[in-house]
Amino acid sequence: MTSAPLLEMRGISKRFPGVVALDAVDFHITRGEVVALVGENGAGKSTLMKILGGVHQPNAGEIKLDGQPVKIQNVNDALRRGIAFIHQELNVLDNLEVAANVFLGREPRNALGLIDQKKIHDDTAPLLERLGLPVSTHTRLDQLSIAQQQMVEIAKALSLNARLIIMDEPTSSLTLSETKRLLELVCELAEQGVSIIYISHRLGEIDECADRVIVLRDGRNAGELTHDEATHDRLVNLMVGRDIKNFYVAPEAKAAPGFFMARNISSSLHPGKTVSFDAARGEILGLAGLVGAGRSEMAKALVGLDHSPARQIILDGKSISINAPRDAIDHGIYLVPENRRTEGLVVEMSVRENVSLPSLRQLSRGGLIQRKRERDVTRRQVDSLKVKTPSIDSLVLNLSGGNQQKVVLAKWLAMNPQVMILDEPTRGIDVGAKAEIYRLMRALAGQGTVILMISSDMEEVLNVSDRIAVMHEGEITGVLDRADCTEQNVMQLAVGKKIPAAKPAFTN
Amino acid sequence: MQNQTPEPVGTPSQETALPVSKKPSFIKTLVTKKEFGIFVLLVVMCVVTGLKNHAFFSEANLSNTANLIGLFGIFSIGAGLIIITGGIDLSVGSMIALNGMLLVMALTDWHWPWPLGVAFALAVPMLLGSAHGLLITRFRMQPFIVTLCGLLLYRGIARFIASDTTRGFGDAAGFKTLQHLANGKFLGLPMPFVILIVTSLVMWIVLHRSIYGRYLLAVGRNEEATRFSGVNTRRVIASSYVLGGLLTGISGVLFAFYTNSVSPSTHGNFYELYGIAAAVLGGCSLRGGEGSVIGVLIGTALLLVLQNLVNLLNIPSSLNFAVMGAVVLIGVLTDQIFKNRAAKRIARQPK
Repeated sequence: MTSAPLLEMRGISKRFPGVVALDAVDFHITRGEVVALVGENGAGKSTLMKILGGVHQPNAGEIKLDGQPVKIQNVNDALRRGIAFIHQELNVLDNLEVAANVFLGREPRNALGLIDQKKIHDDTAPLLERLGLPVSTHTRLDQLSIAQQQMVEIAKALSLNARLIIMDEPTSSLTLSETKRLLELVCELAEQGVSIIYISHRLGEIDECADRVIVLRDGRNAGELTHDEATHDRLVNLMVGRDIKNFYVAPEAKAAPGFFMARNISSSLHPGKTVSFDAARGEILGLAGLVGAGRSEMAKALVGLDHSPARQIILDGKSISINAPRDAIDHGIYLVPENRRTEGLVVEMSVRENVSLPSLRQLSRGGLIQRKRERDVTRRQVDSLKVKTPSIDSLVLNLSGGNQQKVVLAKWLAMNPQVMILDEPTRGIDVGAKAEIYRLMRALAGQGTVILMISSDMEEVLNVSDRIAVMHEGEITGVLDRADCTEQNVMQLAVGKKIPAAKPAFTN
Repeated sequence: MQNQTPEPVGTPSQETALPVSKKPSFIKTLVTKKEFGIFVLLVVMCVVTGLKNHAFFSEANLSNTANLIGLFGIFSIGAGLIIITGGIDLSVGSMIALNGMLLVMALTDWHWPWPLGVAFALAVPMLLGSAHGLLITRFRMQPFIVTLCGLLLYRGIARFIASDTTRGFGDAAGFKTLQHLANGKFLGLPMPFVILIVTSLVMWIVLHRSIYGRYLLAVGRNEEATRFSGVNTRRVIASSYVLGGLLTGISGVLFAFYTNSVSPSTHGNFYELYGIAAAVLGGCSLRGGEGSVIGVLIGTALLLVLQNLVNLLNIPSSLNFAVMGAVVLIGVLTDQIFKNRAAKRIARQPK
């Protein structure tokens, strides 16, 4: 490790409409150093790295490479300067062979103007050797495992003479042994003089490979620890401790436990792991966890949108079988999905057509839609939720995010919900609409609906939930009662650590 | 965006509401209606052709054109339904050939009573349609491939079972009755046209007033969100091919009596393309989720008047397809230009 930094970022600020994503963040890395970048969801890690990768331009601040101030114009500019970004979702073409992927977009030509096959294979082979990847340069990528495809991306970075490689959650879809190999590789690359910025939620991996850890919180520097200082507790302490407003509203009625029981929910994201929990009638159960913990997948599996063979659902003492989404809906179990525009709404249809879509059967006679009833029901929902739309026949496409979310809610509220699962219910909507949605959830719970709220927004989870179940890697690590709902506790559970305050998620 | 009739939205709220657009005039409602543009085109074409050649308005010509519109319109509605789900059916022409051949054989070779023969001729395309639907939804095959294979397969079977010879009805059992049903007139209108009107009315209700129709449109727009709303999207998509098969079957029976004999290698050739062209001209989007029965009707009429125009205006008949291609291209292009403009206008609106 030499002392002169390879990269120095100073006072980097980035504002998006309505949010300050980064506020005067400093960052530096020296040659051959591995720096881990950690923080909660939304702490600004991705934004900072996107600025470094040329995806975003900062509103303020200075970037120095080799001591020279630079402006990273775009992704290609970043690549030219030796900065490579390995994204969580791999950017490979799995219908092409290894060498073709490594040289994609900058294929050397031969005399005939065709791709110089010999050169790309000759140049790729030593890179694979350097990475210890025992495959031929002629192998098609779809023949490789995810870990090997990731190696190909790293090979591509090396072939571009990358001096700095950013890895965003590189191990999220790797097996244990693959993760081990990747961590070894990180150390090897660092010894060869490549600097690595390693973004991860897994504190164990950070302990294994990072020389230094930089913690971000709320778009600001929260602290910096050397490898030896970076204990689990100190890291969590730096990640949390943000200033959280308390706007929790206690439920008026006592919740009735045991109303809803979910057992053995599994999902394709974490095969072999299952989730079981109980929820009370009238409570808002928050589902917290870091991105990739498998909360949304669990929710989809619960309502029959994903295959989950051992799934058992007991509602109000009765076991119900769910084989298709319709079964859950028929029992009043509804999901408001994370992705409004692709899963929650048919945006090119009208407000009316969206609201009535799940309840058309109730609004029809002899298979024909009773148009007056459809309009009446829609208008009632639009009024009671205060959806701002020029007309119930306006396309959902033209509404604001908050109003679109209200339309999704309206779909289900027209049908007397027993259990409502809301996946990131306030993502991308403004403060006013957020407060309305919180009020609405509380009112629904007050009417006896079980509310499950998946949220990655710590403030929201802490303030809206009556209890919080925390997930980590496809399992519930523990459930916190209201009195124990602190950011500290949630974070500990979210990174997979058992704590005494945590209660089991269900009783038999 | 079309015909937004603004209504008062519940309790006025303290926050600023979206700007409420002015109620559009009746004319504007009509003009922005998707089908209106091509309806105008149809009228203009009829008038121009009629002025250039008075034979256009002769009873014989009108009746003949109406007859053809009936024959082509019925299966075109089926093609439109499938396109609305985001699929396509390329097997229509071959299905009509196979269907016609089976009907001829059932009546002449096997001496079936005609109602049974007709039922058979309707059941076969529905069965084939359900096979298409199954392959597309259960095995996740692409509609284009599945129905392309159907196109090749059914044509081959039709030629094989007939030993590649043209077959006529001769003095088949019940031939006269059926012929009267298929070629006769009702209230002075050719029977296929009457059947088209009835079919259209039924399909209009199905598409624009029934739950099933709403599901068809929703699946075509966004299958995922529709599935999340508890709709069995696979069943909806698969059933559209069965319905398409039924309509193709009806057309097929009528065509067999229109031509009075079935030449297995040419009967129904390219008809799938007429269906697709009519549906697209009528406002169906191949991306799915868009289309109307009235649009498909006008689209079919436009295509057949176009052919009539080629004949009556002494345009070389070799240019027939070229004229059709050009009109479809211009029609869809114009529509797209209007759509792009509308999209831009909306993008400029403050949210």
